Amino acid sequence: MRKLHQFHGGIHPPTNKAQSNQTPIVQANLPSKLTIPLHQHVGNSAVPAVEIGQHVLKGQLIGCAEGNLSSSVHASTSGMIAAIDKQLVANSSGLPELCITLIPDGRDEWIELDPCLDWLECTHSELRLKLRKAGVVGLGGAVFPSDMKLHASQQKIKTLVLNGAECEPYITCDDLLMRERAAEILEGAQIMRALLSTEEILIGIEDNKPEAISAMRAAVLEGKYQGIEVIAVPTVYPGGGAKQLIRVLTGIEVAAGVRSTNLGVQCFNVGTAYSTWRAIRFGEPLISRIVTVTGNVSHPQNFEVLIGTPMDELVAHAAPLNGTRYYIMGGPMMGVPMPSMQVGVIKATNCIIAASKEIFPPAQPALPCIRCTRCADACPAELQPQELYWFAKAKNFDKAEDYHLFDCIECGACSYVCPSNIPLVQYYRFAKSEIWAQEANQKAADTARERHEFRESRIEREKREKAEKLAAKEKAASAAKTQRTEQPPTLVKTDVNPEDTLQLKIQTAIDHAKEQAAAIKPLNTEQLTPAQQAQIDEIEAQRARIREMALAPVADHTKG
Amino acid sequence: MLSALLAMSGIAIALGAVLGFAAIKFRVEGNPLVDKIDAVLPQTQCGQCGFPGCKPYATAIAEGEADINKCPPGGEEGIQKLANLLGVDFKPFGGESIPKPKAVALIDESNCIGCTLCIQACPVDAIVGAAKQMHTIIAAECTGCELCVPPCPVDCITMQAIEESAANWKWKYPVYALTASK
Repeated sequence: MRKLHQFHGGIHPPTNKAQSNQTPIVQANLPSKLTIPLHQHVGNSAVPAVEIGQHVLKGQLIGCAEGNLSSSVHASTSGMIAAIDKQLVANSSGLPELCITLIPDGRDEWIELDPCLDWLECTHSELRLKLRKAGVVGLGGAVFPSDMKLHASQQKIKTLVLNGAECEPYITCDDLLMRERAAEILEGAQIMRALLSTEEILIGIEDNKPEAISAMRAAVLEGKYQGIEVIAVPTVYPGGGAKQLIRVLTGIEVAAGVRSTNLGVQCFNVGTAYSTWRAIRFGEPLISRIVTVTGNVSHPQNFEVLIGTPMDELVAHAAPLNGTRYYIMGGPMMGVPMPSMQVGVIKATNCIIAASKEIFPPAQPALPCIRCTRCADACPAELQPQELYWFAKAKNFDKAEDYHLFDCIECGACSYVCPSNIPLVQYYRFAKSEIWAQEANQKAADTARERHEFRESRIEREKREKAEKLAAKEKAASAAKTQRTEQPPTLVKTDVNPEDTLQLKIQTAIDHAKEQAAAIKPLNTEQLTPAQQAQIDEIEAQRARIREMALAPVADHTKG
Repeated sequence: MLSALLAMSGIAIALGAVLGFAAIKFRVEGNPLVDKIDAVLPQTQCGQCGFPGCKPYATAIAEGEADINKCPPGGEEGIQKLANLLGVDFKPFGGESIPKPKAVALIDESNCIGCTLCIQACPVDAIVGAAKQMHTIIAAECTGCELCVPPCPVDCITMQAIEESAANWKWKYPVYALTASK
């Protein structure tokens, strides 16, 4: 039996998982339309790869990954591209983002896939490229492109942690996935293990999911896997946080500003392992995921949902009840309210809670902080939430950073225990985004300063070069003059100033032109035949006449 | 008595030599305060302060010739930072110096005649173009100083306010009801 460790703090909110984990995963029906955002992942937004009116097949690439840190987006079913425009999406800002609207044709026809019967024959870079092309991202909520995390770093990765803790209340999608698709999760984990060259795989599952634990253990035995251990961890929120789970399983404490990979541990969600297997073995891009639909519905359960399915159409499958005011994406602790009920399911959507007044009563009025430090007792990151609150409230961001604001995982344990009902996490989010904005501004200012200084120095340099050129020219001219007249130059200035030399330059130019004019003779006037000479003489005579006429007074002419 | 005098003057001479040497050896070029002030200024190079750029304004502040509330792009936060840096009181914006929302210049490319006047006016080289060729703004480098707007002979440059989007969105300062809604 492995010795388990503990992390600081944590809370025990009602889990509310039993409502939705009683029935198996159900395939959700094809919706009337799919709204697929192009920015569902960490990093750059994908770039549209289709046109309006184009017919696409299921699994066809519709958004190309842009840059290194980005991910592809695929058509979730076959159909027609109806629009590429900005629409409300499942994000916390509630501001529209670029989406591709797909009207399904009902045939659900797959594009030709590129399966890989034996992935052991593929090189590591081929496997990573396959994952990148399939748009596989972390499904635990962070949606970080998985291929980026599967690089064997300089530091040897000793342990691969598969996160099946699912600590947040209401959510059961990982629970059901582990119960029903354990073997495939383990196959995905094998691919991850190969890519990272790790020895052991630790699968952490909270002990309130006994079915999932036994299913995973059975799959390990059945597949005769070596070095994979399924570990039941105590149910404490937020035990599913990556740092917290690593701490519990390995005893390693990931310090501030340090990545777990530097300590030899990498962590993935079980759903990501499943998608990795599907992407490598069958060539299937990430176009669907398991979503828990719960809250104010009469049949809370898990669905396998196509990415882009409008949330209200999905919730309709779970027999919604009256009184739903809005949807929450994620759990009650860290989830965000959706700007609209029609927004599409994205890769990060693990749970949709239909929120009614009964389930989520309006927040109690916030009272002043009494410095009871219950929040500090609950904080899993061992921060001082009450201090951070004061600093964020006073917009004293430097101080907040000194108190390790960026180690806050926004789990909400502090707000949960706060007797004054202070929305603490909102303050931390506010402070974090202000600090990021300030950093961006500072960066922009530094670039502007650099560009301005470069411009100034360039103008200065151009001026100097011009003056030097002029001085050199003038020197040469005067030297030539001296040679011709054999007289010492009358005017040679060493420190030349453009204003002074202008006059001189003009005079030199005029002189030069005169000299040239005197030197030049028409080239074709030699060796003329007598006839040509006669012609020229005639023309010259005519010219002389015309000149005379022009000079003669014209007054008579006008009168006549 | 004499030995005491000699000792004291000896020490004075030795220390004087050390100080004199240090003054030459560790001489600081320019005024370090100017750089510190310049680091706080937003580097729009717009000249709204009445000086031809951020550095000249920083120099003027350092020499006590200019007030700290003359930089609208820096906003009140900028004034606060300058006040903290210089150990003086916060001074609100006065008169015409009122901060405007952040904006970038936009050239109406169909009307641009390619005169290069805006290129010459841009303090951060954020305009690309050549004589008799259409010009365009590199929006990412534009500081929103508006210096390109007046020289344009065909008035084809406008300032576009930067709107809030999902990319630059920030979490808002928490505002909550003091009484529970019924």
